[in-house]
Amino acid sequence: MSAFTPPPLPSEDKRWKIVNGTMRKNGFARHALIETLHTVQSSFGFLDDDAIRFVATTLRVPLSQAYGVATFYHYFTLKPPGKHTMTICTGTACYIKGTAKLLAAAEKHLCVCEGQTTLDGKVSLMTARCVGACGRAPVVLTDGELKGQMTDEQMIEQLERWQAE
Amino acid sequence: MNIEELEQIADSVRLENQKFDHEINVCMGTGCLSQHSDKLKDALTAAVTAEGKTCHVRRTGCMGLCAAGPLVLVDPGEILYQHVKTEDATTIAKSLGGEAVAELQCNLREHFEEQVHIVLENSGHIDPEKIDDYIARDGYKALMKALTEMTRNDVIQQITESGLRGRGGGGYPTGLKWSTVAKAGGDLKYVICNGDEGDPGAFMDRSVLESDPQRVLEGMAIAAYAVGASKGYIYVRAEYPLAVNRLTIALRDARRRGLLGNGICNTSFNFDVEIRLGAGAFVCGEETALIASIEGKRGTPRPRPPYPAVSGLWEKPTLINNVETFANIAPIVRKGGKWFAAIGSERSKGTKVFALTGKITNTGLVEVPMGISLRQIIEGIGGGVPDGHTFKAVQTGGPSGGCIPAHMLDIGVSYDALVKIGSIMGSGGMIVMDDTSCMVNVARFFMEFCMTESCGKCIPCRAGTAQMFTLLTRICSGVGTMEDLELLEELCSTVKETSLCGLGQTAPNPVLSTLKYFREEYIDHIVHKRCQAGVCNIQAQMEVVA
Repeated sequence: MSAFTPPPLPSEDKRWKIVNGTMRKNGFARHALIETLHTVQSSFGFLDDDAIRFVATTLRVPLSQAYGVATFYHYFTLKPPGKHTMTICTGTACYIKGTAKLLAAAEKHLCVCEGQTTLDGKVSLMTARCVGACGRAPVVLTDGELKGQMTDEQMIEQLERWQAE
Repeated sequence: MNIEELEQIADSVRLENQKFDHEINVCMGTGCLSQHSDKLKDALTAAVTAEGKTCHVRRTGCMGLCAAGPLVLVDPGEILYQHVKTEDATTIAKSLGGEAVAELQCNLREHFEEQVHIVLENSGHIDPEKIDDYIARDGYKALMKALTEMTRNDVIQQITESGLRGRGGGGYPTGLKWSTVAKAGGDLKYVICNGDEGDPGAFMDRSVLESDPQRVLEGMAIAAYAVGASKGYIYVRAEYPLAVNRLTIALRDARRRGLLGNGICNTSFNFDVEIRLGAGAFVCGEETALIASIEGKRGTPRPRPPYPAVSGLWEKPTLINNVETFANIAPIVRKGGKWFAAIGSERSKGTKVFALTGKITNTGLVEVPMGISLRQIIEGIGGGVPDGHTFKAVQTGGPSGGCIPAHMLDIGVSYDALVKIGSIMGSGGMIVMDDTSCMVNVARFFMEFCMTESCGKCIPCRAGTAQMFTLLTRICSGVGTMEDLELLEELCSTVKETSLCGLGQTAPNPVLSTLKYFREEYIDHIVHKRCQAGVCNIQAQMEVVA
């Protein structure tokens, strides 16, 4: 069996080196697929076709399996996120404390549904299944930063600040 | 590293701590950090310096009472301050050695006195990013003891004697699981720590990993020694960045100290741990699905047997335990199985950590001895339902559990008692609901969760949860019929009996338990087109239909 030569990096973009680093650290083993997709998402913000193709070829995983994994796990997104992201927690504690109203208010204000990005690409509206900060419910993440005991007004204010940028 | 060196480290930390007249512990768990307790810590450090006090300001993990954050604990005197703002730093610094600041003081004796801390014994007292802090509180003594004084069988014997049962929810006897893996053949075995805390409304594992990560690693190492494994994985949710961060630091430090790696404590025992990130799939809490995920595949479960203890990760014998289970191991080995077995109820030993949330005054993390009544937890420790509302139900076990009504609050918390009344212990989520919660809507909420989280491998779960969700939605919108209710009950038993894994088998539980204890609410929705709690908004929807 001839030695396997990993494919060249898709472009000059330095972020590919980070992605390659994760795979190298794991000895280009097939089981590093999820780890690598995590690195792609943290470096690029989402997984696009080129990235999935590159990772699959390098790890010698069938493209179908790589795509299957990328779409199976909720944490991975195949669409580029907006400039800012409002993530509303929809875990049980937040649900009991009225997160449905928060979500409805955000959807109405931004004119998008959860999981979508505004047309101007400024704000993405996401939901999360419990971020584990139930003691501070209802909770939202503004660009990943946790904010507890959120009210409609506070949230809309934040959204307006982002939209005015 | 040997026992003398371990003692030396502990002594030097204690000596270092004695140099200070005062100690200020600042909670830097996720809850308090979201209220900028990091800035508070900086302010306190600056304030004590300005006041010329010899005081050690320490970052610690979760102190439990998330509702009152940011929390600050001042020693000596164990004075707990709540809702501390950066502006309060100088006041606190000035008060050191004198009267406590009355207006900031948290006087919840009942909240803390009824708790028994084993898993959380270090939470709020040590810096989770400093391994030496852990060593100074008897850390790694248990591992040393196991490696130098005990045989593998001795360790398993102690765990069996302790009566410890799996804290992930299933309640399988830990000693039995360990001995099965120990007996399995082959020289390559794995130990996996399940930190995929997917149950929404639960955060015990997150808190333990954030507050005392070394304790989990020590438990895993002892387990590895007992079952004969040399490699471990710890599977953590990617949604818990702080826990991942602190674990990474903990792993690095444990390796540096020679407590992980090759030839631990100058013995022939080798063990190392790798972190694996989850990617947001509830089903990965199921052990076979978790194994698939570590192997880089989609997290779908497979039929058991063979159990992971015989054929698990890469088809090798694998021991999987929950974070909290591993956190119990070190004290059991240190103090003996009998000591542990003396705590708790007859068939459920030790303590259990619960995440107390929802409509309750003292939200946060509590650790209580098994057998304590739900009433003591909710009304005593939790401080009851706030804002003059009345208690309606408490939900345990998340999407796999059930809702327990008010008249059953006097039962003692144990694995068997909770199953008997249609709920489960679960991983430890305990969500309190008051009269503003509609139980039909709660059932619908959990069903929606199970529907989205179903992996799709087996039909009863994939199709059944979707159909049940549709029926519940019909009832919630006021268009449901009594036939719908019958069909719902029929589907519940089908899905329960025919699903492949725990997710599907337990998905009907929230529906079944609400039907059992709150049937009149379902009837109210169907017959009277009315939602007493005012959650379902039937009127508005009926108008749209008309």
